[in-house]
Amino acid sequence: MIVGRRETWTARVLLVLLMAVTLMPFISLFVTALHPSGSYPSGLEWPRDPQWGNFVKAFQAARMIELIKSSVLIVLGVVPLSLLLGTLAGFAIGHLRMAGRNLVFLVFVLGLTLPFEGIITPLYYQVRDMGLLNTRWAIILPLIGLFMPFGVFWMRAHFVNVPDALSESARMDGANVWQLFWRIHVPLAMPALSSLAILLFLWTWNQFLLAIVLVDDPLKRTMSGALGAFQGQWGTDMPLLCAGSLLILTPTLVIFLIFQRRFVTALLQGSLKG
Amino acid sequence: MTRKKGSPARAAGLRTPSWVAWLFVAPALIVYAVFVLRPIVLTIQYSLYRWDGIGPSTWAGLGNYAKVFTDPDLFASILNAIKLILFFSVIPVLLGLAIASTIRRIAASRLALVARTVLFLPQVIPLVAAGIAWSWLLSSTGLVNQLLRLAGLGGVARAWLGDFSTALPAVGVIGAWVLLGLCTILLLSGLSKIDPALYEAARMDGAGPLREFVSITVPSLRQEIGVCVTVTVIAALASFDIVYVSTQGGPGNATMVPGLEIYYLAFSERQVGMASALAVVLMVLVLLVALPIQWLTKDRSS
Repeated sequence: MIVGRRETWTARVLLVLLMAVTLMPFISLFVTALHPSGSYPSGLEWPRDPQWGNFVKAFQAARMIELIKSSVLIVLGVVPLSLLLGTLAGFAIGHLRMAGRNLVFLVFVLGLTLPFEGIITPLYYQVRDMGLLNTRWAIILPLIGLFMPFGVFWMRAHFVNVPDALSESARMDGANVWQLFWRIHVPLAMPALSSLAILLFLWTWNQFLLAIVLVDDPLKRTMSGALGAFQGQWGTDMPLLCAGSLLILTPTLVIFLIFQRRFVTALLQGSLKG
Repeated sequence: MTRKKGSPARAAGLRTPSWVAWLFVAPALIVYAVFVLRPIVLTIQYSLYRWDGIGPSTWAGLGNYAKVFTDPDLFASILNAIKLILFFSVIPVLLGLAIASTIRRIAASRLALVARTVLFLPQVIPLVAAGIAWSWLLSSTGLVNQLLRLAGLGGVARAWLGDFSTALPAVGVIGAWVLLGLCTILLLSGLSKIDPALYEAARMDGAGPLREFVSITVPSLRQEIGVCVTVTVIAALASFDIVYVSTQGGPGNATMVPGLEIYYLAFSERQVGMASALAVVLMVLVLLVALPIQWLTKDRSS
């Protein structure tokens, strides 16, 4: 194929420009974070005397260690259980194909587009009546429920494509469904499971609405919810707010950069399937 | 758990009795029913009452719904969400299409590989962080105004999120920033599946770039465009995080969206019935938009 040189250059310039626009907010956060705390920097301007200490200050002000611990606890509560429940259901609907599967699948799929705001009010009263308000369970349990449509949808899509013959031969060897599921199907589903795990991790870590409504104490929230509180507290101190925001988005950024290829694939597949 | 039967294996059921399969579905279904289905039903129920969340409730019939569509403030929040579609959806998808088809030729280069990572950053970070970063960029002393002054356009510089006439578009710009990268990469990955021979054939027939775009690119990307539109329209209609952080619905009610209005009504103004009616309207609105797009863009050939 003949590729025009000029076209290639236009493409490169466009791509670099697009990346610059994408990175601009991060750069602005970073540069502003280095200005003296309490000052009003203007635009993008490298400070005469970079205040690296702002990051330490924000780290302490935001109580980052406790925040990370809280977010990790919530992720550990949500992700493994969601994976397990989603896989069990996806396996039954996609592979065992029992009677009534289409109906139950439809019920799950209808929840795919549900905006969380739609059910937040009754969820608040329900969680309160369960005595879970202001605990991490108030975020964990509803999130598992809210992730079921996508989890089941995703895992069914995997299991539908698993050949029946695989189960047939295991059955010949005398395995029951439970063994069949754990010994054959779960190991084979690992790629689908790990992509799902990445997406669920991201959506849990960044969950904001449930955190601010159901948990008052920022230290029991997700990172995202804590950032909301941090903004309320330090909103007038621009450099410190910028330093805090950067710190709070660092964990996701680090994990993203480590697993970037998986992330991009997972997000692409995730949005294509969803 | 399962009995061995003498009968030959049924291909479909794999010899697993239905009730066993239902046991596999049950845990997911129970959690989903308790934390999603029940709240949906309750939202509908609440929406028919007047309730302050504490005292006794009184039957309101469809009164709350009537108010959602007649109260100027409430209805304005729905209109705002629809206006946001222009920024969250139309701009990222159209711009994404234009960019993706321009960079199609260098999609395999190292630069494009780096770009894939960079353009995904907005998808990975919390929307709250995006909101904070952009509030600063768009503030009166922020980078956007600095650039405008450099370009000699100091006259239009303003606190973009604090000005009644520009606040909503400014919120829209934040959404466009978040979603443009996702759309571009999605469309680009769709483009890479198109057979290059199609383009060559079109060139032979004397088709220009525009003709190519309309007759090959857009139809081949039907599914990807559908995905982009669905994801972004839902993001616009159900926006919450960005607005909460950047404007809290203000100035006045200029950037109020249904998600935020529900939050205020339910948890500050104690109008649970009204909040629920708006919530039902929002859920229906999202379904009304998402279902036809799914149906329109479904690949019916396979």
